[in-house]
Amino acid sequence: MKIRKSAATGSDKVEMQMTPMIDIVFQLLTFFLMSFKIATQEGDFNIKMPIAAAASSSSEPPLPPIKVRLQADAQGNLASIKLGDNAATTNFNVLHQQIMKIVGTDTGPNSLASQAEVELDCDYNLRYANAVAAITAISGYVDPATGTIVKLIEKLKFAPPKAAQ
Amino acid sequence: MAKRKEFAITAEADMTPMIDMTFQLIAFFMVLLNFGEGEQDARIKLPSSELAKPPDAPLDSPLVLQLTEGGKVLFNGDEKSIPDMAAPLRIEKEMLERRKKNIGDATVIIRADGTAKTGIVQELIKKCQEIGFEKFALRVKQEARGP
Repeated sequence: MKIRKSAATGSDKVEMQMTPMIDIVFQLLTFFLMSFKIATQEGDFNIKMPIAAAASSSSEPPLPPIKVRLQADAQGNLASIKLGDNAATTNFNVLHQQIMKIVGTDTGPNSLASQAEVELDCDYNLRYANAVAAITAISGYVDPATGTIVKLIEKLKFAPPKAAQ
Repeated sequence: MAKRKEFAITAEADMTPMIDMTFQLIAFFMVLLNFGEGEQDARIKLPSSELAKPPDAPLDSPLVLQLTEGGKVLFNGDEKSIPDMAAPLRIEKEMLERRKKNIGDATVIIRADGTAKTGIVQELIKKCQEIGFEKFALRVKQEARGP
């Protein structure tokens, strides 16, 4: 076969076809760009709630649960928060302070915070976001100095559901 | 008259920087592509919490139940009321048993809308408890932490 050579240099010049590669690359780029979605991070609050019969057969819990009562108005908005015998409030920060007062600052493995259990008694109509806000106030806080999460009471359970209103 | 010699002028653009940049962009979007969004549903507006933190380890046998504002459960592409959830939950229980898994170790992830009634969330938990599920994870979205 006769190979054509450049008259001036005598070398072969191979030209790479860039067009198909660029086509594909841009298609890939468009695909990833269009399927890109900024999703907010999600997390969980873990609750272990066996049915009542199973719970009673196990060993006696060392502490009775701390009861938190959340009442709702007719629209489902928060009407009051009541922790045990404390005065009712509507502020989750007050609930948080009350919890801190009970469990103290010790959050070690044998601390009161690790052993205590909170029972949430919510009105049927209460918006779920309020229940989550109460769980947040009870289960911990973000240390403003370090930005890390400090855990308080992590054992949570719901009281039996109330009848629909 | 002397005839001017003709030269063919070829301008070749340097493609290397463009290809470099394009591949970097592809790599960036590829890494950020989240295939786990399949379980998320646009109808559910999760409540937010500053303590929300993605779990350190993947949950054992997770079962995702999504609860809409109207109290309907979205599960496996169907929209069901809570009393109708008994049958699919029993099927899930049987599937766990066939895989030799303990139902007590399975986690039910509840993605409930922030405006749903708490009583309905409790009813859903109760329904799962009746089938035998014990571990629940209330899913919330991470709240932007202020300074």
